[in-house]
Amino acid sequence: MLRRFWPWLWVSLGVLYFFLPIYATFVFSLKAKKGIFSFIAYERVFADARFGASFLFSTQMALLTIFCCMLLLIPTLTVLHLFLRRLRPIVEFVALVPFVIPSVVLVFGYLRVFARPPLSLTNTTLGTYGLLLAGYMVLSMPYMYRSIDAGLRAIDLRTLVEASQSLGAGWVTIFVRVIFPNIRVAVLNGSFVTFAIVIGELTLARFMLGNAVAFAPYLAEIGRARAYEPAAITVLSLLMTWGIVMILQLLGRNTTTTIAGPR
Amino acid sequence: MANGAAQTWWRQIEWRRVGVSLTVGPFLLFAVLFMILPAGSLLIESFRNAQGQWTLANFADMNDPMIIEAYAMSLRISFTTAIIGAILGLLVAYAITVGGLPHGIRTAILTFSGVASNFAGVPLAFAFVATLGRTGIITALLAQLGINLYKNGFNLYSYAGLVLVYVYFQFPLMVLVMTPALDGLRREWREASAILGANTAQYWWHVALPILTPAILAGMVLLFGNAFGAFATAYALTGGTFTMVTNVIAQEMSGDVLHNEALAYALATGMIVIMTITIGTYTLLQRRAERWLRA
Repeated sequence: MLRRFWPWLWVSLGVLYFFLPIYATFVFSLKAKKGIFSFIAYERVFADARFGASFLFSTQMALLTIFCCMLLLIPTLTVLHLFLRRLRPIVEFVALVPFVIPSVVLVFGYLRVFARPPLSLTNTTLGTYGLLLAGYMVLSMPYMYRSIDAGLRAIDLRTLVEASQSLGAGWVTIFVRVIFPNIRVAVLNGSFVTFAIVIGELTLARFMLGNAVAFAPYLAEIGRARAYEPAAITVLSLLMTWGIVMILQLLGRNTTTTIAGPR
Repeated sequence: MANGAAQTWWRQIEWRRVGVSLTVGPFLLFAVLFMILPAGSLLIESFRNAQGQWTLANFADMNDPMIIEAYAMSLRISFTTAIIGAILGLLVAYAITVGGLPHGIRTAILTFSGVASNFAGVPLAFAFVATLGRTGIITALLAQLGINLYKNGFNLYSYAGLVLVYVYFQFPLMVLVMTPALDGLRREWREASAILGANTAQYWWHVALPILTPAILAGMVLLFGNAFGAFATAYALTGGTFTMVTNVIAQEMSGDVLHNEALAYALATGMIVIMTITIGTYTLLQRRAERWLRA
């Protein structure tokens, strides 16, 4: 036992660092009513219509981001794997570019290029949402790229495509009914990371849409105005993050190293 | 082999080339429009003044106490939290790999690390307010024990507080990065050292550490970049008033402080340059570190 003293100490220290804030936040969230523990803060959170509305908005944006990323990346990567292997390092490099552009800088660039004449995209709701979607796609690009790439590496793509072609399938059929089902699990991995990124993303939404529309800016605003509700929301969003990470582990990857996410 | 065959194959049939450009084209177009163009536009504008003439004045203007403080603070926070996070993360990773703890502990720690490294931004800031804020649970607990944190110079909404909060998502990332590297240490190496007469300390100093160094450095660099671009956590904690590069750019965007757009472009360019160096270094180190894993 004594031989394992140091490992146990380091692990305990890590666990303490991890759990103390969570424990304290949970206790804090129950103290909305003086003197007793209650779930009043949670009731108030759910009673606020903007909580549901902003969460729904961000969920929709997340699903849209995942869909558009797949639409953009799966055909590109398939073609690269099949015909243009030499171009792969270049595309790989492009997919890493989001890491070197902090989200504050990215949104600053967007506002400069797209929010002014001649484009003035942000003058219409659709334009603003479209730009936000593009930004989310950029933030999640490295993760989606990596998971789709890993998926395609793991299957015998050439044989699958040739077999489908000799059975008379066109490219649309090949993508929808052969390639996609085979890389589904790998793609799901990137999708959950993307979901977590978009739900928690503050910077782009804050500067494109203002304070209320998306989930994270709404949270930040609540945090300035209230005391106990933010703690309740934190507990809820921790449970959500936990759920996502558990799903990721079930999918077979336990290293989800996020650095472009909602920091 | 198959590669060469494929190339002649699509060269012979023209429409295949069309198909290829129809798939790769949109991706490259997207990358140019939404990554290269916005970043490039900031880069170019940082070399022009308000009248549109080419100049280096914007970078000279960065020699301003507030700007220097912002950069110094961002670098300091990133550096400090990278070092602390790396040390703590390394120790935990060591404990769950070579340390010989039960397998269940390892799985649990890796799950915690996955959660904590992704649990950042606004909710993380709230969690620390509830813990160590002025009315936080731990603050109150310590006050009962006679220790008044805030009277003893601690302030969650300052440098020390931010370091504490950042380390929460930094050290688990280090655990995730270092665990595979430590797993890569082979038992044969330890046995070989023992046969040659090395004791445990000599094994770690002369064999394990040199092998792990690239991975450790790569982890630190990654942590540095992770903190340097961060915005949401500090924004939620301090309302964006704390002087950091990300906050100064944000204030410029909302038109609060500088009213000097050209200077903000220069600030943004500086960030991109620092991040490019960071990620470049990380990639090189990571490649070096993986050599031992692949063998």
